Amino acid sequence: MTSSNWHFDIEKSLVESHGLKLDEFEKIVEGLGREPNLTELGIFSAMWNEHCSYKSSKYWLKKLPTSGERVIQGPGENAGVIDIDDGDVAVFKMESHNHPSFLEPYQGAATGVGGILRDVFTMGARPVANMNALRFGDPKHPKTKHLVSGVVGGIGGYGNCIGIPTVGGEVNFHPSYNGNILVNAMTVGIAKKDKIFYSAAAGIGNPVVYVGSKTGRDGIHGATMASAEFDDDSEEKKPTVQVGDPFTEKLLLEACLELMKEDAIIAIQDMGAAGLTSSSIEMASKGNVGIDINLSKVPMRAANMTAYELMLSESQERMLMVIQPNKEELARSIFKKWDLEFEIIGEVTDTKKLILHMDGEEQASIPINILVEDAPEYQRDYIVNDPSPLISFESKDFEDKDILSDLLKMISHPNLCSRKWIWEQYDHMVMADTVVRPGSDAAVVRVHGTNKGIAISTDCSPTYCRHNPYEGGKHAVVETWRNIVASGAEPIAITDCMNFGNPEKPEIMGQFVECIRGMGDACSKLNYPVISGNVSLYNETNGVGIYPTPAIGGVGLIRDLSNTMTIDLKNEGNFLCLIGESDNHLGNSHYLSIIQNREDGGTPSINLDNELKNGKFILNCVAKKLLKSVHDVGEGGVLIAIAEMCISGMQGIKIDITKDFLHGFFFGEDQARYLVEVSQNKLEQLEVDASKSAVKIERIGEIGGTSISINSIGEIELSSLIDHHTKWFNEF
Amino acid sequence: MKTHVIVFPGSNCDRDVAVAIQNIIGSSPEMVWHKDSTIKQSDLIVVPGGFSYGDYLRCGAMASTSPIMKSVIENANKGVPVMGICNGFQILIESGLLQGALIRNSSLSFICRDVIIKPTNKKTIFTNKSKISKMPIAHNEGNYFANSNQIKEIEDNDQIAFQYCDENGDINAHSNPNGSINNIAGVFNKSKNVLGMMPHPERAAESIHGCDDGRNIFESLLS
Repeated sequence: MTSSNWHFDIEKSLVESHGLKLDEFEKIVEGLGREPNLTELGIFSAMWNEHCSYKSSKYWLKKLPTSGERVIQGPGENAGVIDIDDGDVAVFKMESHNHPSFLEPYQGAATGVGGILRDVFTMGARPVANMNALRFGDPKHPKTKHLVSGVVGGIGGYGNCIGIPTVGGEVNFHPSYNGNILVNAMTVGIAKKDKIFYSAAAGIGNPVVYVGSKTGRDGIHGATMASAEFDDDSEEKKPTVQVGDPFTEKLLLEACLELMKEDAIIAIQDMGAAGLTSSSIEMASKGNVGIDINLSKVPMRAANMTAYELMLSESQERMLMVIQPNKEELARSIFKKWDLEFEIIGEVTDTKKLILHMDGEEQASIPINILVEDAPEYQRDYIVNDPSPLISFESKDFEDKDILSDLLKMISHPNLCSRKWIWEQYDHMVMADTVVRPGSDAAVVRVHGTNKGIAISTDCSPTYCRHNPYEGGKHAVVETWRNIVASGAEPIAITDCMNFGNPEKPEIMGQFVECIRGMGDACSKLNYPVISGNVSLYNETNGVGIYPTPAIGGVGLIRDLSNTMTIDLKNEGNFLCLIGESDNHLGNSHYLSIIQNREDGGTPSINLDNELKNGKFILNCVAKKLLKSVHDVGEGGVLIAIAEMCISGMQGIKIDITKDFLHGFFFGEDQARYLVEVSQNKLEQLEVDASKSAVKIERIGEIGGTSISINSIGEIELSSLIDHHTKWFNEF
Repeated sequence: MKTHVIVFPGSNCDRDVAVAIQNIIGSSPEMVWHKDSTIKQSDLIVVPGGFSYGDYLRCGAMASTSPIMKSVIENANKGVPVMGICNGFQILIESGLLQGALIRNSSLSFICRDVIIKPTNKKTIFTNKSKISKMPIAHNEGNYFANSNQIKEIEDNDQIAFQYCDENGDINAHSNPNGSINNIAGVFNKSKNVLGMMPHPERAAESIHGCDDGRNIFESLLS
């Protein structure tokens, strides 16, 4: 906007600093019939930024499949809900905390965990597992080490203290994240089907209650900060990062769950991004009512806070509730017991407006529909670039390459080495229901007091997405689906965390559109709907964006925990077989990137029919108790997967295969494949079943010994493999 | 057996240990809120793990001044078995029931993994069925420290309960996860009715945990 066409009383620079465009500001003036005051401007800024309004992404997100027979609540609430039988439900969501974690890694990551935990227990669920998906820049980049240790420390610091196990996740390094790391945190909770809590305010005259911590000046404009790019001065934005207190959150969790046992709460919403503003407006909007708030009543940590500051603070560990008027004293006594703030700050009205008072004066009066329904929505221009071309690799190009030394190099690389150094800093066993610990395909957590379990996996391959966003989007979904299948669970639904660059650039928007299309196709085919999620755009620094990163968190159900599968090889004498077709796809593989320092050759395409067929075959074999261990063949290909199974089970293997193109077979990243361990007396049945289901099966070798030996090539001792696998993080 | 589990603000292993007690001892413990002031009659009081008061000030320091601790100390002095696990161990040290101090792990980071421990004194109510056992640790401040006089005193008086060791029972630097003096994982008071330990027996108490060695501590109490 130029100053010549500026015809408002309010300062132009003030509007600009609130991240609002001229046409957006005009829309506000038109809606209100007057110019907003400062507090109102702040409220619009908080509601209409990308992070809270989804203005660039909404149109496309609606294209994803979100329903299914087990879906009780899809996107739109604090978290999604699925039916897991017997009157139990699983509640889950994944959310980004990218911008704050880059500015202040410990607090950024910690409050990311705190925020997603609140989203889940707001719904009435006790959180039972935390997961995460993390991306860092080049390990050699001067900031990376500081960011890794800060983020891991923050995730552990929060989860360990509140006492929810962090059971797994994924970590990748790539230079495209040098200026914008990604911290995506996921929480899964368990509730009873008839005790789910929602956010729609109801009952004119009912009290609006503030609970939790006091409000301070921290995190003001956090959501607006997270809706903009970084530049060289981004350090100056540090004060917008919130500070977490997991101890208070633990008290808030227990107090909320205690009150939820009573018939007292009508609506509840956590104060996350944009704090009191978004929580009150969302509750009013969902309930189609108005809310009056007396800001003088808000518990304050600092003196002389203004209406503007109170509405925009992102102080952590706070909740807003509408309660039954006759349950006030009961509710107050519970929060008092847990030494938490409890204050009635307002009431539900029939005005359909958000009206704020402070010290007896009206501070704001905004019709809710202008803030929510009339929020800007953009169908941004996009360009879909051609996917990177496929390259066909041939055996003769690899004749002088040594497979075993390549294997050692690969498993010691930051992207494939053991993540033990990370997960040992997370309490992954508190609550005493962890069945499969980090390091397997999916983490498995028992539903407390039962013999069933929840399998959880987070995944994404940004390099695949960068070179072919459509197949990459499919892959991210399918990879979690396969991990869940490999743990013996029936995959049910996903949550997504869409991390991209600046959506105002058509090529970035094109990546977003294509990833969504790929995800949607995979979700539809696999009957694996999206039930919650979050979008993080503007992950750019000085105009350079991250790789497209649609991180997926998948959840599945194991009805009988005795069918749980893990990747560790179990017994000498058993056979290892490969399920699925191999076609030597080395394009964009870890082999090319690690050994040849190349990033080309094209993303592998995914045949969803084969995925479904092979996955169902695995689950049938698990149900028939034919398998001893299962591992999906993912990053790095077959030989990496074999090495991981050997290391995990402390077992060697004698590989006996004949192939024309060994490098292609061992390191190709063809999809829809699993490695399975089977005892000798079940081998024949497995092969017969495979042939009946038209599933390809190949014997790879026999388990035993203390090394991985490959016929005609040589062997490598397990101890050397383990040293290489664990070395990098220990020395980082 | 009448058992009690103390619940502080920030306790997070209270439910886990209650489940283990229910499964192994056969009856549910009474959960006692920290603001309560008395435990009348008990056969076992457990101070569970977690982050009481968020570990603020110093691990266990604030919980040790909670109203209920007066009664825990009185019961301990009367000979009632009292067991502190992880943060519970830190609280028992802060309250003066056990000697020594628990300082930051030598690695300076939180550690969650299985360790192997060996009962050093098997002639106590907590360890008469103990053997070399695998169970998890999960702590930031589990590095047991005491000055040389105190160490000599607790050694001479057979007050070392458990020591970190390897699979063969050898106590060496390699099997010490956190820098504890003499690989000490748990200690008794002088009369051996109060036990504090960093490892979590309640997380190794059923087959689903992958190992149930932790049961033997509760089973010892039954015999």
